[in-house]
Formats: sequence, C-alpha cells, structure tokens
Amino acid sequence: MPEQASTVSGEVDALYLFLVALTVFFSLLIAGTILYFAVKYRRRTPNEIPKPVAGAMKLELLWSVIPFLISMFIFGWGASLYYKLYRPPAETLDVYVVGKQWMWKFQHLDGQREINELHVPVGRKIKLTMTTEDVIHSFFVPAFRVKMDVVPGRYTTVWFEATKPGRYHLFCAEYCGTSHSGMIGWIVVMDPTEYQTWLSGGAGEGSLASTGQKVFQDLACNTCHRSDAQGRGPNLEGLFGKQVQLADGTTVTVNEDYIRESIRNPRAKIHAGFQPIMPVFPDNLVTEEQLLQLIAYIRSIGPQQPGATTGAGNANRGTTSVSPPDAGRANPLAPSQPRGDQRPPQQ
Amino acid sequence: MADTHTAPHTAHTALAHHFDNMEQQREAGTLGMWAFLVTEIMFFGGLFLAYILYRSSYPAEFAAASKGLDALLGGINTVVLICSSLTMALAVYYAQVGNRKLLVIFLWLTVLLGMTFLGVKAVEYKDKFDHHHVPGANFVWEEEGHAPADQTHAAAEEVNTSKIQMFYWLYFAMTGVHALHMIIGIGVMLVLIYMSYKGRFSPEYHSPVELSGLYWHFVDIVWIFLFPLLYLIGAHE
Amino acid sequence: METTEKILEPRADYINNTYGIKSWLLTKDHKRIALLYLGSITVFFFLGGAFAVLIRLELLTPPGDLMQAETYNRMFTMHGIMMVFFFLIPAIPAVLGNFLIPIMIGAKDLAFPRLNLLSWYIYMVGGLFTFIAIVAGGVDTGWTFYTPYSSNYSTSNVIWTGLGIFITGFSSILTGLNFIVTVHTMRAPGLTWFRLPLFVWSHYATSLIMILGTPVIAVTVLMLALERTMKVGIFDPALGGDPVLFQHLFWFYSHPAVYIMVLPAMGVISELVANMTRKNIFGYKFVAFASLAIAVFGFLVWGHHLFTSSQSVYAGMVFSFLSYAVAIPSAVKVFNWTATLYRGSISYQTPLLYAFGFIGLFTIGGMTGLFLAALGLDVHVHDTYFVVAHFHYIMVGGTIMGYLGGLHYWWPKISGRMYPEGWAKFGALVIFIGFNLTFFPQFLAGYLGMPRRYHAYPEEFQVLNVMSTAGASILGVGYLIPMIYLAWSMRYGPKATRNPWGAFGLEWMTASPPPTENFEETPTVTWEAYEFRPVEETVVVGATGGPGDEPDVSGRV
Repeated sequence: MPEQASTVSGEVDALYLFLVALTVFFSLLIAGTILYFAVKYRRRTPNEIPKPVAGAMKLELLWSVIPFLISMFIFGWGASLYYKLYRPPAETLDVYVVGKQWMWKFQHLDGQREINELHVPVGRKIKLTMTTEDVIHSFFVPAFRVKMDVVPGRYTTVWFEATKPGRYHLFCAEYCGTSHSGMIGWIVVMDPTEYQTWLSGGAGEGSLASTGQKVFQDLACNTCHRSDAQGRGPNLEGLFGKQVQLADGTTVTVNEDYIRESIRNPRAKIHAGFQPIMPVFPDNLVTEEQLLQLIAYIRSIGPQQPGATTGAGNANRGTTSVSPPDAGRANPLAPSQPRGDQRPPQQ
Repeated sequence: MADTHTAPHTAHTALAHHFDNMEQQREAGTLGMWAFLVTEIMFFGGLFLAYILYRSSYPAEFAAASKGLDALLGGINTVVLICSSLTMALAVYYAQVGNRKLLVIFLWLTVLLGMTFLGVKAVEYKDKFDHHHVPGANFVWEEEGHAPADQTHAAAEEVNTSKIQMFYWLYFAMTGVHALHMIIGIGVMLVLIYMSYKGRFSPEYHSPVELSGLYWHFVDIVWIFLFPLLYLIGAHE
Repeated sequence: METTEKILEPRADYINNTYGIKSWLLTKDHKRIALLYLGSITVFFFLGGAFAVLIRLELLTPPGDLMQAETYNRMFTMHGIMMVFFFLIPAIPAVLGNFLIPIMIGAKDLAFPRLNLLSWYIYMVGGLFTFIAIVAGGVDTGWTFYTPYSSNYSTSNVIWTGLGIFITGFSSILTGLNFIVTVHTMRAPGLTWFRLPLFVWSHYATSLIMILGTPVIAVTVLMLALERTMKVGIFDPALGGDPVLFQHLFWFYSHPAVYIMVLPAMGVISELVANMTRKNIFGYKFVAFASLAIAVFGFLVWGHHLFTSSQSVYAGMVFSFLSYAVAIPSAVKVFNWTATLYRGSISYQTPLLYAFGFIGLFTIGGMTGLFLAALGLDVHVHDTYFVVAHFHYIMVGGTIMGYLGGLHYWWPKISGRMYPEGWAKFGALVIFIGFNLTFFPQFLAGYLGMPRRYHAYPEEFQVLNVMSTAGASILGVGYLIPMIYLAWSMRYGPKATRNPWGAFGLEWMTASPPPTENFEETPTVTWEAYEFRPVEETVVVGATGGPGDEPDVSGRV
C-alpha cells in the first residue's frame, strides 16, 4: 500500500481493500470447489462414464444475479469516487501546469515557476490546470491517488488536498517517448507557514496575472479588447465565468478552454456583435505558458465571486493565508480572484 | 444448411470437392460475400466517423470547402453509377436465364459506366491538383472575395486552411478508397466477361455474377452516401 | 452407429498423402494450413518472448543500465506488437480453430479453402513488413500507437509496422469470415446449433468480432499512416484535429481484440473440462450464449481505456457500467465450468491441469478487471503495472494456458502421436509457478504506483521487480519444455489411437491423424453435444481406420 497523503487516498484504498477481499473470497471459493470436486470425483476406473447432470436454471440465475448486484455496488462506489476526484471543488488554490518532453513546468498564481518540483501547502485544495506543448502526458501522484492525462490542444484539470507534509513522487504515466521514465518529479507538501516562507523566497517578476498583463500589452491585445466598450473586440473585464452570446445564437461559458480557443482559433466561436477579425496566435507567437498567463490575467479582471467579501484579496480561490506578505507583489491580481473595482488602471 | 448434405450430388464441374452440392456452395458464397460487405461497412465506417466528428466541429469551414467541389460533376457521376447498378442487375438477370450474349453486353456496359465514373473522377482530381487543393505541403486555399491582405489576416486564414485541408483530406481518403473499390470491381467484371466468353455460366451456376453484383451495388451505395456528404451539405447555403 | 473394425495399412492421412515443400505451401487443406500457422506463430512467440526476457533483465535494477532508453522503448513495443498481433490473435483460431472446426462440424474443409491459404500468406507478408521494421531499427510508440506521439514525434519505423498490422488484419478478417460461413452452411446432417461443441460456439463469437472489429483498426492505422506522411492534422490539435479520437478508434478494435484472444481459449477450456471429466457442460446454453454476449458487449466498453484521458465524467460512468455488464457472462462461464466437475469422472491429465490453470488465473485476471472498471480506483491504477499484470493474467494466464491445454489435448489428433505425459505435467507446473511469480508482484508494484513503460524506476520498487524477473526466467524455461517434447514426440512419441482420452466429439470419431477429407463418409449426427458413452458404444465415422483405431480408452487414464 503506498503512502496515504491526500484526502482521497483513504477512500480509494477502502475500495481497493474491499475488492481485494472480494477477489480473495471468490478465488478461494472457486479454487476450493475445484479441488474438492477434483478429489472427490476423481476417475476410479478407466472406462467410467458418469451420469449426466442437467443444468439448473435457478443456479444459473443465482450466479448471474448475485455477481451483477455485487458489480453494481462496486460500480456505484467507483463512480461516486470518480465524480469526487474529477470535479474540482469551488474554492481552490490554482496552479498551472505545462508538460513537455520530458519535464513538468509549474506556474503559481503568485508568479513562482518550478520545473519537476511543485510546492504546495498542506490542507489546501489544489487545482491544477494542465496542458502540454507536445505529446500526451499524464500527471500521476501515487501518494495522492490522482492521475489525469495532459492532452495537447486542451486543458485538463485535477485537484487534490495533501494531508501531510513530505516529498511525494510525481510520475508521467502516459508513455511519451524516449525519456518517459525520466519525466518524474516531486510534489513537496509543506506546512502553511513554511509554504509562506517558500513563497516569499522566489519569483521576483510579479504575479502570474501581472505577467499575463504584460503579455497582453506586448501582443497589443488591448488595442481591440478595450475596457470602454469602444474596442473592436469584446471588453474582457468581468467576462470570466460568465455566459456570452455567440454570433450563431448559441451561448458559451467563458472559461479557460474558451479563452484558449479564442486565441488559437479566433473564428471558432464569435462573440455576438463583433466581427471575426482577430488574428490567430499559434504557439510560436504565444507559448502554452504565456497562454496560461493570459488566462490568469483575464481571470484576474473577472467578476467578483458571489459570496466574496469585499476586503482585499482574502475571499476565495487563493486565500489570505497564502497571500505573499510582500506588499509589492500583493497586487489585487494575485493570488485570489480580485475584485473588479481593483482592476489595474491600464485598461 | 445442414440438411442439404443429404441431397444427391449434382455433378457440376464448378462444384468444389468439399461441398456436397451446388446449393450449399452457392449459399456459402452468398453468405461469405455478405459477411465481406459487413467488414467493408466497418472499414468505411471509420472514415465516416472521422467525417461526422470534424464536420460537426468545423461546420463553417467544411461548408466553405465543400464549395470547391463541382456538384455537377458529382451529380453526373451519381447518375452514371445508378445506371451501372441497373446494367449490373440486368447482367445478373441474363446470367440467371442463361442468355450469354446479353450477359456479356451488360457486363461490358457496366465496365463502360464504371470507366466513365473513374474518368470524371480523374478530371475532378486533376482540377484539385491544379488548384493546389491536395492536402500536404502545397495546399492552398483562397476564399472568394478577399485575398489575404496583411500579416494578421494571413494568420487568420491559416487556421481556416488547416480545417479546409482536413475536409480535402477526408474527401481524398473517402473518394480514393471508393475509387479503389471501383477499380477492383472493374477488374472483377473483366474476369466475369472472360468467363462468360468461355461459357462457364449457366442457369445452374452463375453465383460469381450474382456475388460480383452484390459487391458492385455495395460500392454504388457507398457513393450514394459520399455524394451528399461531400458535395451537397452546406455547399449551397 | 455400427462399428466395424478393419485394419488397412498403410492408411493415408493428411500428413503423409503427399510430400514435398510445394504440397505444403500450396495446400488447401485446413489441417495443413493450421500447421503452417502453428509453425509461424511459434516463431513469433519466441521472438516476442526474447524481447520480454530483455525487458525483464533491464528491470532487474532500478537505473537503466542494460540498454539505452531508446532501445528499451523499442523492446516493449516490439514485444507487444509481436505477441498481440502475431501470436495471441491468430494463436487459437488460426491453429486449433482452423484444424478442428471443419472436423467438429463434420465437414470436409472450411467453406473457402483458397481464402484460408491466402490468409496465411497475408499473415506472413504482414509479419515480413513488421520484421523489416524491426531490422530497420524498430518502433518505439508502444503497441498502442497513441497520437500525437506516433504521428508527429516518433522518429522510428511507425509506417512499416503499421503496414504490417494493416496487412495482418486482413488475414484475421478472412479467417473470421471463413469460420462464420463454414459454421452456417457446412454442418453435418443432424448437427443443429445446440449440438455444436462449445469450441465452435466460442469461435463463432470470435469470428463476429474479427469481421466487425478488424476493419476499424485497419482504417485507423491507415489514417495514422496518412497523418504521418502528409501532416494533414486529423490527430493534430495544432491543425484542429483531436488526438483522443485515435484512442477511441484504436480501442474500438483493440478492446474486442482481447476477446478475440480469450474467447477461443474459453472454447478450449469448455472442451477440456467436459472431456476430461466425461460430463456434459453444466448449463450448455448459458455458456454458448455467454460467448455471444461477450462478443456483443465487448464492442461497447472501449471507453474504459480512457477514464483518465479527459473524456467526460458521464461518458466514463456509462463505459464503467457496460464494463461490469461484460463481466457477468465471464463469471457465468467460470461457475459453469466449476459445476461441470460435480459428479464427473475427473482425469488428472495434462490438458485438465492447463484447464485448472486457466480457470484459476482467469478468475484472478477477471476479478482484477473489476478493480480497473471501478472508476475512482482506475484513476490510481491506470497505466501502472497493475494494468500490465491484469492483462497478462488474461492474455498469458488465460489465452496461452488455453492454447497449450488445447495443443496437448488435440496433439494426438494433430500429429498422430502421444506426448510424454510426465514431462508435460512437469512443464505445466513450471509454467504455472513461473507465471505467478512473474506477474503477481506486478499487481503490488502497480498499486504502489510504478508506471508502466518505465525504463528506469525508483528504488522502492526493486524487490518486486527482482521477483518478477526471477519468475520470468522460470516461465521462459517453462515454455521451452513443451516445445522440445512436442517436437520430439512428432517422431518418437507412441502412436495415438483414434480416441486416446475416451472423449466425445466428431474429431474423436475419425482416425488420428485424420484423412485429408476428415471423414471417410459424411457423418450423420444423432447425438447431443457431450453425450458420453461407454466404450462398447463408441461412435466411429467411416468403416475403416488405421492401425491403432480400435476404440481404446484403456491404459492412458
């Protein structure tokens, strides 16, 4: 049994142990029956012909229905666990992940970047939004019992909550080429205070959202996506998480995938009332990492979360407990969902 | 079926040694051909699945790309193929009644119509080559109305082009595999014509004609699906 | 039926009626074609086995010290391709099925003998292409060929290997088509569907999968090859394609392909259990329909290979549910085999030992399938050694046990000679022990989190890997034992009688080895399946026999 280091480890192990017990029971039952019959009804004379035994409908039904009921029980158990594993809870600390042959790159909302090592605080729900620059990889932390494929061209998410500090293996589980077995790293789970210290130690370049803002300006996105509704493109403020009307009459929720698609393939879903004039930004213009920075930026100018208090950056997503003490970096963009009214003034 | 074993042997020269009688042999051949056509359906099914998936993902691009095909030529080909199915059916009929002369004539007509289809297809393919509509490094797509003017627009075209190229990839894969089946079918027809000249077929033994007929009709039906999917849907909105 | 014994010698059988290489390479006799397949799949089996040995040796120590990562990746890829496409899929159908189905239904041959020979040549051409790919440097994508790695990134011989698989697929299609038509149209008079041996039923179900599934892998490989050569983006997200589409298409064939491997083995086990206990199979119809149910449901569960691949949570639930549905017919079969033993006359000869081995290993393999179908648990064990252990329990513990059991059981019929019983029992034991020692530790390594296809691994997994490698060396020796004594017995084994087991079925009513047309006269079936009779009532088809055709069941019990 591998180490249990996340909130779901125990639940996965419980299902595992139940199934182990079931397997042992049925294997022994069948092996025992076979051995018993094999001894009891061994051939005694060479030409012996036993009397035929007719089949028994009741027995057939019995051993079809009972396994079916048992398997439905396992199905329900497994499905509810799966639902829990793959549905990120509302309040999470987000980390962006980009896989490439053969390394893992992490970007924290606060701006820290890591390679093959991810530092997270204990007792916080961590949500990873992942993509890859090349082939399919798979993010696998055995101690947390979580795994999710990282697929090019889309975002996949996985979440976990570590329960005890330590260093845990991170594996790539989907075969990805020559150094597949070298695409391993560590998840470093820290006490919240240590994590604070670690956070304040690195990343001089500002939060992810502010980096994204820089990208936004460098690419001249702000010439069209203006905040005054006069732009040729939609105003992005307060857009994240909202439903928007498309030109063809359907609606779409503005989330990571939609933003990604709108950058890589702007004509796919046109916001109602705008012309399809936005140029394409392929990955030689905007890397996967920069794309995630842009998303972090657009999220940061998103709407206020319901139920959030209006205080500075202490409400949701990120929390005050992990906010960097460094005032210079504690701008409204990170690590939490900042308020619309604290939007950076450059718009 | 099992009970045919007991029937007396019809001493026909075309009876293979391991069959008991002609009826059993014919039944085996027919079932074999149907089973083969089922595998063909599954084979085309993979391509149709890819088509449906990407058509639903990129309807606009596919509709635009569809305009690059000549529905008139496609329509002519559809008519040609339907006629060839008729001549094939007549060939099977004359094989059944034992009219060798008309059998040969209708087989030749079927070959002729098949060749016509391939000829029209060749014209269409050549047009695609000339316009650089063949997927690959030289693929070019210029939408009517506006040429790529500036840098940003060129980039915008690029993504469109890749989806349109996907349409043409599917177009060439599907019609190409279909044309390959047509070529095989024409080869089979020529063998049948040779066999009829040799007087191999009779009202008692003509299952090769019947089975080839099944195959020919199947290839036609595939086209009946390909034509609207590739040429018509979305092309005339 | 009246038995008349008349000794004629020398009796012409399918082996000695003509001589020369040409008479084999151009044969249309299903029995000779079966032997051609037997020879060629054995070559591929030992080739695939050699790769497996190298894999296990590399994994003896945590760092990748024996070979480069590039080499290791080629090893496990070629191991998988050889074993799956060139050994496991043709193993039982193309050898035992080819040899036995016409005899079991009282026919002279398969419906299309020329297609049958063609299928062998197609198989060999496919094998040749794959072999060229190996010699030219191998392929490193894993046998699953996941895109976009295989389409845009790998620099190895994907096209050649893909072509080999594409071509071999048609051999499988032709075999399946031949079986279906043969079973439908060529059954002997009186042989109704419910009088068919269960071996025929399971091969019928297998053939359905072969003709429905194989074309899909063919078109998938074709798309992969075109994508790789022309870069049109069908699986490339940068051009609007979907890399996961490949996984769907691939598993749409490759999951049912698992049933192509295991269903025929189940058919073999039904024969072995019935005949080695001389009892009719308990719940014949349930076992027969279970085969069909597995074949049908097998097409609906491919998505359980994609639980972590970002498909929707709800799609995952549907596929999980269907996967449990397909488990029930398998369980029903195991229970029925066990119940067949009740009040039987059980003879502990080698075929039965393999049958017991199959039931035991298949039970473990099947039960661990329940772990993998459980969504929340699969997230943890997916793509780890747990999966590797699971499918080896099914494919090696199931299929190869069934194949070897069947090969021993029908060996007297195929070769006309008996194999040495003592060596055979010893070999079966060695294989059983070696197998469990190899693969059981992999369940544990998998749950501990060791991912599959790792060239180097963290040290905490070493103990289990050393056990596995030790087991693999025992298993390797185990597979050599039957090969040696079976080859030996072809020349030196004692001559087999018509029915050395006191078994029941049309194949035991004709000579060993059978004449070219299988029976001297077309049999008429007046009995039910597995209707065992005392010696004096032994059914013999045809008036004559050869030496040793007395209805003898003594001495070998």
